Amino acid sequence: MSTAPEELRYAATHEWLRLEADGTVTLGITDHAQAALGDIVYLELPEQGSQLTAGQVAGVVESVKAASDYHAPISGTVTEVNEGLVDAPEGINTHPYQSWFYRMQPANPAEIEQLLDAAGYLKQCTA
Amino acid sequence: MGLHTPMYDMHLALGAKMIDFHGWEMPLHYGSQVEEHHQVRNDCGVFDASHMSTTDITGPDAESLLLKVLSNNVTLLQKAGAGHYSAMLNEQGGVIDDLIVFRMDDGFRLINNAFTRDKVQPWLQQHAAGLDVTIRPRDDLAHFAVQGPNTIERLGSVLNSGRVQIIGGLQPYHGHCDGDWFLSRTGYTGEDGIEILLPASQAVDFFNELIGAGITPIGLGARDTLRLEAGFTLFGNDMDEHISPYSANMHHVVAMEPAEREFIGRSALEQQLAHGISEKLVGLVLEERGVLRHGQPVRIASVGEGTITSGSFSPTLGKAIALARVPVNTAERGEVEIRGRWFPVRIVRPRFVRHGKILI
Repeated sequence: MSTAPEELRYAATHEWLRLEADGTVTLGITDHAQAALGDIVYLELPEQGSQLTAGQVAGVVESVKAASDYHAPISGTVTEVNEGLVDAPEGINTHPYQSWFYRMQPANPAEIEQLLDAAGYLKQCTA
Repeated sequence: MGLHTPMYDMHLALGAKMIDFHGWEMPLHYGSQVEEHHQVRNDCGVFDASHMSTTDITGPDAESLLLKVLSNNVTLLQKAGAGHYSAMLNEQGGVIDDLIVFRMDDGFRLINNAFTRDKVQPWLQQHAAGLDVTIRPRDDLAHFAVQGPNTIERLGSVLNSGRVQIIGGLQPYHGHCDGDWFLSRTGYTGEDGIEILLPASQAVDFFNELIGAGITPIGLGARDTLRLEAGFTLFGNDMDEHISPYSANMHHVVAMEPAEREFIGRSALEQQLAHGISEKLVGLVLEERGVLRHGQPVRIASVGEGTITSGSFSPTLGKAIALARVPVNTAERGEVEIRGRWFPVRIVRPRFVRHGKILI
């Protein structure tokens, strides 16, 4: 069974989001997403400073089996990207919720409230 | 719901992630495709290949039929048990299927791909018209491929002593019958290995014994990366009914000698040879990060363009590799388009890893 920590918010497209104390958000893909992809071997991150709109493709993650886009769950500006993860993308399989992809300054923090909570997300995964 | 092999429930019990493989529900992996890949390269693992199609052809005209429908020459198989790689071609010289054929005591045995059955069986029936042959699809058999450098040793603790002796004496591309069982030194991974055909009714028990002996189950995911590293082509990806064997590096499966053997596709191939073969398969290695995939465009400066026919991440090399069909006058370097960007690739002989060794 896939896991989804209570303290995170989720997009239906299988990204997780954590609101930090400074108002920025940290993003990655869920346990369910990594399990569906299989062994991950490649990660393409968004460019630092780029502006993303909710639902827009933020980058690509590839497993041995397939390539898959991941999306920005909310709109905002990319403030930081996790270059270290590009060197060891297999970490996404073993620790999906520690393997953050990028951070954003939200354009409209209210969009966070519209994302799924853990229970809602897991319900969607089993539906 | 898809077709199931006799091992379906076992695959589920072993935690397999199942996928649809041309109508068959088959294991993609049992946890990690990459670990399963390394397991076969370094030790040993077992594939359920029961979805593949086995056909026995017997009767006085069995050899005549195969001399007509196969591109390789079965008279080269002189003794029972001898086998070779072959192909069925259409009149245009396209590949209907690739297969292994063995001479048996009473005829021949063909091992074909799983999903070509609906084309292969009618094709055989059609060309058997007027011949004294019996064509028997062996859906009563299960098929395992035990592959990896330690295969012979590991099977030693599972098989009875008679069969241990049989596999120990098998040369590559040779098989041996033992009652209802057929054991052959063949595979699709670039490692040593034994394939075992046995009655489907015994398959679950035997699979359990293999697993019990520590022989790891391996899914189709690792099969694809293992065969790609070995440079083995996959029907449907690297060649099909519209591709000549000469454009799929299958020269060795076409026997043009003796000149009087009129196999189906021969005249088309003769014309191709007369006009010159324009394309071939090469290996590509992506030196940057990324993954090469089937269908990505290839360009080679002052040579021309091509396409990736099979691409993936190579667990042994730690980088992406591919087979690509390109103009025969190729070069040492080219470029591949991935999501709108062109990445430099090295062009190599299409054989990346064999017997655990990196060849490029």
